[in-house]
Amino acid sequence: MLDIEIDGKKARASEGSTVIEAAERAGVHIPHFCYHKKLSVANNCRMCLVQIEKMPKPLPACATNVSDGMKIFTHSGLVADIQKGILEFLLINHPLDCPVCDQGGECHLQDMAVTYGGARSRYREGKRVVSPKEGGPLISMREMSRCIHCARCVRFGHEIAGIMELGMTGRGGSSEIQTFIGQSIDSELSGNMIDLCPVGALTSKPFRFLARSWELSRRRSVSPHDSFGSNLVLHVKNDRVLRVTPHDNEEINECWLPDKDRFSYEGLASADRLKKPMIRVDGALREVEWNVALDYTAHALRDIVGTHGAEALASLASPHSTLEELYLLQKLTRGLGSGNIDFRPRRRDFSTDGKHSGIPWLGLRIAEITDIDAALVVGSFLRKDHPLFAHRLRQLAKKSGRVSLLSVLEDDPLIDLHARITVRPTGLAGVLASIVRAAARIVNVDGAALPEGIDPFPENEAVRVIAESLVNGKNCAVFLGNAAEQSPQAGLLHALAAELARLASARFGFIGEAANSVGGYVAGALPSGLNAYEMFGQPRRAYILHGIEPGLDCHSPQQALFALKQADMTVVLSPFAGGAFADYADVLLPAAPFSETSGTFVNTEGRIQSFEGACPPLDRTRPAWKIFSALGNMLGLPGFDYDSSARILGEIVPPGSAFVDGLDNSLTGSANLFMETGLFADGVLQRIADVPIYFADPLARRGAALEKTKDSFPPEARMNAKTLERYAISTGDRVYVRQGGGKALLTVRLDSSVPDTCVRVSAAHPVTAGLGDMFGTLEVERV
Amino acid sequence: MSSMKEIFGSFLLRELFGGLAVTGRYLFAPKTTVRYPEEKIPQSPRFRGLHALRRYPDGEERCVACKLCEAACPSMAITIEIAPDENGKRCTTRYDIDMMKCIFCGFCAEACPADAIVETRFYEYSAESRDALVWTKDMLLENGERCEEQIAEDLGRDMKYR
Repeated sequence: MLDIEIDGKKARASEGSTVIEAAERAGVHIPHFCYHKKLSVANNCRMCLVQIEKMPKPLPACATNVSDGMKIFTHSGLVADIQKGILEFLLINHPLDCPVCDQGGECHLQDMAVTYGGARSRYREGKRVVSPKEGGPLISMREMSRCIHCARCVRFGHEIAGIMELGMTGRGGSSEIQTFIGQSIDSELSGNMIDLCPVGALTSKPFRFLARSWELSRRRSVSPHDSFGSNLVLHVKNDRVLRVTPHDNEEINECWLPDKDRFSYEGLASADRLKKPMIRVDGALREVEWNVALDYTAHALRDIVGTHGAEALASLASPHSTLEELYLLQKLTRGLGSGNIDFRPRRRDFSTDGKHSGIPWLGLRIAEITDIDAALVVGSFLRKDHPLFAHRLRQLAKKSGRVSLLSVLEDDPLIDLHARITVRPTGLAGVLASIVRAAARIVNVDGAALPEGIDPFPENEAVRVIAESLVNGKNCAVFLGNAAEQSPQAGLLHALAAELARLASARFGFIGEAANSVGGYVAGALPSGLNAYEMFGQPRRAYILHGIEPGLDCHSPQQALFALKQADMTVVLSPFAGGAFADYADVLLPAAPFSETSGTFVNTEGRIQSFEGACPPLDRTRPAWKIFSALGNMLGLPGFDYDSSARILGEIVPPGSAFVDGLDNSLTGSANLFMETGLFADGVLQRIADVPIYFADPLARRGAALEKTKDSFPPEARMNAKTLERYAISTGDRVYVRQGGGKALLTVRLDSSVPDTCVRVSAAHPVTAGLGDMFGTLEVERV
Repeated sequence: MSSMKEIFGSFLLRELFGGLAVTGRYLFAPKTTVRYPEEKIPQSPRFRGLHALRRYPDGEERCVACKLCEAACPSMAITIEIAPDENGKRCTTRYDIDMMKCIFCGFCAEACPADAIVETRFYEYSAESRDALVWTKDMLLENGERCEEQIAEDLGRDMKYR
């Protein structure tokens, strides 16, 4: 630690820190534009110039390191003069259009001009005008004249998002920030540039001209989308969420937010919102009052359980539901005597159920990811499934950590990779087994404990490199992604990852599919009867669905829809009316989305994060925990008298705990792991079903701006050149993709990132809702 | 003695004549009251009466929907809703002033960066219902058109003091 003096006050600063950091620590604010704690130092705005004793000229605080005994003056007469001068220069070309600027009221330049600037301008000449740019559906670049060239957005692109989508062209007075010619901004983290922009040059397109910042009340919340549980601030006006920004949390999302979390709020006000309870009367859904709907539901459930036994009932919840909802749903289902309850609709393989030593989780804290030496990620569409996890790995790779990928698609993770292997989904286990065997050889263990029936892939260079990086690193981790969890070999991959982690003394875990993937285990929403796949494979008489749209959210939509259509009674709790519900739902109950209910999410590192509703439920919508407790009471089940969601939470986890107990990824036995053999036959086309980033859950699917992004293009049948040649089809052809009895009409596209004999057909889209298993076999037939 | 004086005074109507003398004096003195509505008192160019929304000479609304008037209003009389128009320009879709709440402080006109909302010299807008006292955007624009000449003149006279 160094002793310094700032404005006459003694302070201590850590060695190697810059003056601006030291001042921030000492509670002295130095005005700045281009400096940002998470970005490299650009030192181009000159706003942070300070006077330092014994230095002949003022120095930029962001680019000057502190030294022992340094005396810094941040508010001296000279510094004030400089700041005034800098602002006068910045305002020469900055249009004075604050009244029409969306940044007005929260603009750094505005604040600085008021605090440090002069009273009036002396500039009488013409101002610079910059033509509007097209930045895609999320970011508005219409008023680029406002840009002050701090280049934060440019640095964000190549340092955080991993891809430079904005750059500065021209020199001096003609320099302009713009996209590459003909390109838009497509990064899944792009929205952060809106926050970074200190002026109103980059603003949010969906929020454009909707409200001024001083009209909005800011309410804390937690993201209901991916497994990170990013902390949000919901900006609410007139009971409507108009904007979402990140809440700084160094442990989770730092100061970033993926676009999915930032822009999905538009879905909260979508025209598709379910406003009143509906029940099926004479074949059509009719709006009714709550008491009628609940009474009808309770009677129907009791009748079916009474006539056909409790096993005729199955409940399935979305992993995006809150902890309280999952807990009450399982309590209700078990109360009726059925063990058919699950929260993992996109899973295929449940062979590890009942063999977990504890609750499966990430295996380490999120903040620790950037400190490991080597990481292997198995089966994940990294950027699209977990944008912030990919960001952490990107930072790890930059710090010379070794990141390797074993995936089913050779997509660009925008990470400096150590090694990568791309195989067809059925090959994942074989390759992982091969890595396990290589690791065993390196650490000199007699044979790895490979599960029975596995056929290791022949060892190649990449396998060896990955095994070495994991064994030689001191602090390593193996992560299983969404594709690994959803694959028909999930249990095998779990066992292999555990074995690899044991051999390499590494940690291992699951990145997690959704906001409450860990929470579902905590709430006990796990089957003691049929699991999420079996409950549709062996059709039941009655279903309770909470927060899912089976045609889009299930592993096999085909099977799910068939089962639901033959069921006597389907109760759906959903914030959205979802067109497809009309085909099979008997009762539609409007349940509040995350912004309108209190609840809790347990993120992938086991962190318990509770939140309050930011606005009252829309129309007749009610929080799902209230619906479940009312239903429980009407069914005469004991223990459903709750007056708040906090009471429910108190029943699930000890009060005041920050993390859940019993996180453990290890398996207690590895026998009888599920293996689907049909997929291994040569020449069988296998489907690779990614879940497109903005189709992953019902809320994200309804974000109007997200729908216009490139990531929301309709699914295509993507194959590599070899596969195309074998089936004598070419890009642009229309084909029927068939799975079981269902088919989808798709356009063929050449995609070299797809492995041989595989077709990439995205799931979770209405076009592919008639298809079967996400990683099953399929047939392609020319139209 | 004093009671005698009082008796004589009341018999001779002394107080009545005293009062009539005052009346008589004021009957011929110069008047300060005006005969409203035939006559009206003179107004300052800074008179703060009914609000008006102005247009540019080419007919474009001056208001840029910045909502500063709404924020400045101490009695929360102004309600504005905004949206981009067909040209992508920021504009108001609703601009209501509740004249029952308004205290005619003039902060809205002072906050306006475009001199779009102003207070005119017009003050005769009494109404028979509460609803009629909520002035909508169209009514305010109409008032602006009616009073534009006077507004421009008043603003011009005030310009050197701003």
